[in-house]
Amino acid sequence: MYRSGQIVRPLWVSHWPGLLAVMLLVVLVFGTLIAVALRAEGGRGLGPSEWAAIRFTLWQAALSAGISVVLAIPVARALARRKFPGRRALVTLLGAPFILPIIVAVLGLIAVFGRSGIISAALDVLGVEPISVYGYHGVILAHVFFNLPLATRLILQGWLSIPAERFRLAATLGMGPREIARILERPMLREVAPGAFLVIFLICLTSFAIALALGGGPRATTVELAIYEAFKFDFDLGRAAMLALIQFTMGVGAALIAFWIAFPSNMGAGLDRAVQRWDDSRIQRVLDVAIITLASLFLLLPLTMVIIDGVPGLLSLPMSVFQAALRSLLVAFGSAFLTLALALPVAALVVQRSAWVAEGLGYLTIAASPLVVGTGLFLILFPFVKPSDLALPVTAVVNAAMSLPFALRALVPALRTVERDYGALADGMGLHGLTRVRLLWLPRLRRPLGFALGLAAALSMGDLGVIAMFADPQGVTLPLQLYRLMGAYRMDDAAAAAVLLLGLSLALFWIFDRGGRANADD
Amino acid sequence: MKQTLSFVAGLSMMVTPAVADEKPVLQVYAPDYFASEWGPGPGIEQGFEARCGCDLQFITGDVLPRILLEGERTEADVVIGLNTDVTARARASGLFAPHGQDISGLTMPIEWTDDVFLPFNYGYTAFIYDNTKMETPPASFEALLGMSDDVKIVIQDPRSSISGLALLLWVKAIYGDKAPDAWEKLAPKILTVTQGWSESYGMFTDGEADMVLSYTTSPAYHIIAEDDMSKSAAIFEEGHYLFVELAAKLKTSDQPELASTFMDYVLTEDFQTAIPTSNWSYPSKLDASLLPEKFSLLGVPGKAIFHSEADAEALRKPALDEWLAAFSK
Repeated sequence: MYRSGQIVRPLWVSHWPGLLAVMLLVVLVFGTLIAVALRAEGGRGLGPSEWAAIRFTLWQAALSAGISVVLAIPVARALARRKFPGRRALVTLLGAPFILPIIVAVLGLIAVFGRSGIISAALDVLGVEPISVYGYHGVILAHVFFNLPLATRLILQGWLSIPAERFRLAATLGMGPREIARILERPMLREVAPGAFLVIFLICLTSFAIALALGGGPRATTVELAIYEAFKFDFDLGRAAMLALIQFTMGVGAALIAFWIAFPSNMGAGLDRAVQRWDDSRIQRVLDVAIITLASLFLLLPLTMVIIDGVPGLLSLPMSVFQAALRSLLVAFGSAFLTLALALPVAALVVQRSAWVAEGLGYLTIAASPLVVGTGLFLILFPFVKPSDLALPVTAVVNAAMSLPFALRALVPALRTVERDYGALADGMGLHGLTRVRLLWLPRLRRPLGFALGLAAALSMGDLGVIAMFADPQGVTLPLQLYRLMGAYRMDDAAAAAVLLLGLSLALFWIFDRGGRANADD
Repeated sequence: MKQTLSFVAGLSMMVTPAVADEKPVLQVYAPDYFASEWGPGPGIEQGFEARCGCDLQFITGDVLPRILLEGERTEADVVIGLNTDVTARARASGLFAPHGQDISGLTMPIEWTDDVFLPFNYGYTAFIYDNTKMETPPASFEALLGMSDDVKIVIQDPRSSISGLALLLWVKAIYGDKAPDAWEKLAPKILTVTQGWSESYGMFTDGEADMVLSYTTSPAYHIIAEDDMSKSAAIFEEGHYLFVELAAKLKTSDQPELASTFMDYVLTEDFQTAIPTSNWSYPSKLDASLLPEKFSLLGVPGKAIFHSEADAEALRKPALDEWLAAFSK
């Protein structure tokens, strides 16, 4: 699929682990879908409301992903160009919205953009009508809030992958910002942006609670909600499976387009020096500071509201919430290492064999309907085991599969670069198999690996459980405990639990991410 | 991979207390809120285990879909927490056995004759408002429709939430063929439609919405647990939709006696007195004198509106279509 001059070389690392990982994904994505379809009894086909949902899902996902990526480019560029105290913390913090449970993020957003939110209150003082956040624009706003951080991080990775020596050379050649953009930055963006767009498109494809809460009504119905309805009230598994297949097809379509646009850039290797830029100007400085400030306000204000709301109740939280937090932490660690165990072999397979099918599969796990995956797994496993006995392992496995796209997004381009730049040298030295992984890959892939593991851990922490059917009544996770508190009217406790969850997710993300970024320029 | 899995499983065993006793096990499928430590589950478990010498285990989740998925091979002995708007489908599955209880003494506002599904509590759907901010709440559904469009209400989606479905059936019961007009008047006041009850209620308590679709008994929580008198239910003269929650025994149970003992337990005073302040609703068989004192502060509907399960099942799709149409204008 990649049209660069792939040099065919002998295998460096066995591809069996990669193939096994791909097999697991196939079972998770297609096996579960087939299991659900097989259990279907005659139901009704797709009606106008389902088609409306399909249309809405497509355009909101495309628009959300487009806006997120377009906005992320200047933010990432500003972050890549500027050094300031607290930058590192800011980069980590900016990842926070992405790992929040949806309900918490929505309430945080409402506290800022809602009828009684900060902005409306400020406008009220000025005598201006309050803004309304409910409607299509609210859905897009929420999706951008969720995904701008991810897009920024992915694109920032791209910026940091341009070796410092290239900028030095550009400065020597007397290039200004415009030439640098044309020669260095745009090719990098062409490689990175389509993938970021794709991942976010896929996330927005399966989201439905956000669309509901801020969509203002049933016009904002997504395919995932239609699946939910088919399953919950009609028990029409055939329709659920069909809708899931349609959702999946949309994902495949998006993936094909993204792969077709993406074009590997060729920066060559560097010596890992800190990046210095000589193309700075006052206007750029002012602009960068403004962009970073705006993005930070947009992303951090809602989080601040969540924290203000929850901190007072933190000390009076019942013990069981902390136990749930411990359980969630375990699942998160398990999920992070499983993600590594899946992602690295798949990335190896993709890079060595140009196996774009494997890569595509790795991405498309998020286009699968969580509800259908959960139901299908249940149907597959239920005859043999007691579902609740497998609660935590299954949660970890499914979460790992769901985090895989982000991991691959970070790993595949990086691994391709490593092999291109150092592959021949490693071949010459006879580095093969695990030795090559240990001596070449792991050290060179530290940054994307840390990012991927951190993301997987944090996502798993905030996940409500795609597999509610495997819930073990004794083994409640923190997000589920949060929902239970809300369900029992305890909104203050729930707000406190949200702060705990936010803190733990961020801490997890930071630990892994930090471990991967020992470089001075980051 | 395998090592990691067993590692995770091993760790999870450390955190999850293993239940290892030789008592017979009664598996009860219940909605998540029911079995949560803040719901009625734990109290009921304790009370029942003291009588039966068994181990009652709640399995939580979406009860009906799960039972339908498992079919004859289900491990459930009893299910609890189904509501009347979905029992038609449950009954049609043929998986449930008669409850065998004497239901002549129920204290519900409607006559109950079902011999399979046993009511354990009930409530009325209602719109909750903040009485410190809204001085003249609507006294009828008609008055609600006539309110200014500046009044903002949050409701739940009938396609993902059982209380959202109850509102649909409530409107259908009052307005019948005129339901589309009613929705057209209501739609501009609907701030948003959430997936579940929690999101809506959270938006209401955060002050984002003026009213929220919930139950007439919701203020009881604020009054009793928070000492907060500011939340009230708007009582409508047309009547309120009755929301009945049920328990039922599985035909396939491998503990039929235990399951029957549990069904016997449902209507006991022990079980019924636990309901008001754990499930924040009315018990199905309890003399009003035994309710918590502060329940007397709640507004009580003069009339209960109710659809039989067959009607509810028949009305659901057309009512949903009308609802969708009203919102897509």
